[in-house]
Amino acid sequence: MGRNVPMFALVAGITLSTFSATAQNGFSLKSVNVDLPTSDRVLPDGPGADVACLACHSAGMVLNQPALSKAQWQAEVEKMRLAYRAPVDPKDVDAIVAYFVRIAGTD
Amino acid sequence: MLNSVPRPVSSRRYFLRSAGTATLALLTAPAWAETMIDLPLPGGPGRRPVTTAFPQKGAMILQRTRPPLLETPFEVFDESVFTPNDRFFVRWHWALIPTEVNVKTFRLAVHGHVNQTLSLSLDDILALPQVELAAVNQCSGNSRGYFSPRVAGGEWSNGAMGNAAWTGVRLKDVLDRAGLKPRAVQVRFSGLDDPVVADAPKFMKSLDIDHARDGEVMLAYGMNHEQLPLLNGFPLRVIVPGWYSTYWAKMLNDIEVLDQPDTNYWTKTAYTIPDTPYASIYPGEPNVRLVPINRMVPRSFITNIKSGDPFHAGRAALARGIAFGGDTGVARVDFSSDGGKSWQAAELGKDEGKYSFRQWQIQFTLPVKGDYVLMVRCTNSQGVAQPAAPNWNPSGFMRNVIEAMPVVAG
Repeated sequence: MGRNVPMFALVAGITLSTFSATAQNGFSLKSVNVDLPTSDRVLPDGPGADVACLACHSAGMVLNQPALSKAQWQAEVEKMRLAYRAPVDPKDVDAIVAYFVRIAGTD
Repeated sequence: MLNSVPRPVSSRRYFLRSAGTATLALLTAPAWAETMIDLPLPGGPGRRPVTTAFPQKGAMILQRTRPPLLETPFEVFDESVFTPNDRFFVRWHWALIPTEVNVKTFRLAVHGHVNQTLSLSLDDILALPQVELAAVNQCSGNSRGYFSPRVAGGEWSNGAMGNAAWTGVRLKDVLDRAGLKPRAVQVRFSGLDDPVVADAPKFMKSLDIDHARDGEVMLAYGMNHEQLPLLNGFPLRVIVPGWYSTYWAKMLNDIEVLDQPDTNYWTKTAYTIPDTPYASIYPGEPNVRLVPINRMVPRSFITNIKSGDPFHAGRAALARGIAFGGDTGVARVDFSSDGGKSWQAAELGKDEGKYSFRQWQIQFTLPVKGDYVLMVRCTNSQGVAQPAAPNWNPSGFMRNVIEAMPVVAG
């Protein structure tokens, strides 16, 4: 597909501490401290690409989508803006939808 | 024996593999060592990295890095009826996930329409009667990538599911300690995760009070007899046997008893399905009544054969795999090697309980050289069978069509 293979900026590790909680029946729990990896995948350049999508999720969420209709992209952008409170100005919605239709549209 | 009630296991002792070690550092492969997998999603894109970069996780299909969506590679389901914790799928809604949980300071709050507000430590919870139950945990959108026409969302293949033995306590026992007031109608769960955007809706899910108190819904601190991986909800996760994973709240630290139906976004608006058979409609269908997603439906898979595999004509071969009944047990699994024209009953493996995966196997022979389609169909103990036609809805939920796998005899 010519898309970037993600590179991880962080190597994940895990620490299980000696603090523990133990049941009389033998089950014990130990504190956990981990690192989560990050992604440096980016969205393709273009008008409408400079949006707030990546504040909430990495680019793979977008790049793994199938080709969708303009109506489907419109619904996704409006769901992100209205339900998930993505900081998108209503006047930018048309340009963002046009961008997604250009990179992964069916019409 | 089909027994839906969690079994007390207080006489048994389980040990963590890591017990006794102060620090366990997992070295992970560098990024360049990742392999890629090509999921056969119609129209693509299907290429995904297989990553070992996530803590407490082995090789997983990377659907999204942040917040993590990690899929179980399908060959894992051929290895055992229980899905290993380090290969169990991962799905988070919001990216602010605590990376550290201290078992001494962690508290579970129980509040709202109760007689006595509780703040329970993990020691308090571990001291309650212990139960164990095997249950399938499946994402509502498992297999979404096979919807036609395609829909937006996590573009999963069939690996957003897993089966585990869950150890913990009955939610009923916790609610009884708090004491429900007479007008309690629902119980709402939320965890330590938070939205990135301040005024976005925190992830919360609710169950009706009778469901929450049915003695089957659990709070699990054990998964396959170990503590849960952090990404699967350490230290405490809601188990809702037979229901989709969206209700199985992770990193549970808050239980609120409500005296009116929950109106929060994740319960009322998100995760709704058409109130139609198989939650199926046609694209653009008007006037669809939506209801919250709820009980799972039967599914079955061949796990030891891959699409396009070659066979010897006239020679006996073995097919095996897994099935689950959804909200009840597996009654039968039927197998077809002629694209569904004829069916033979497969032999069922050990019954681990009605909410568990059930292994099956059958010998079959492809009589002459040519192309064949293998199919497998589960019928559950209420007589519900997988449908021959795929369902469709705009959210990509509840796929359970009979799986079809083309193979070649030569």
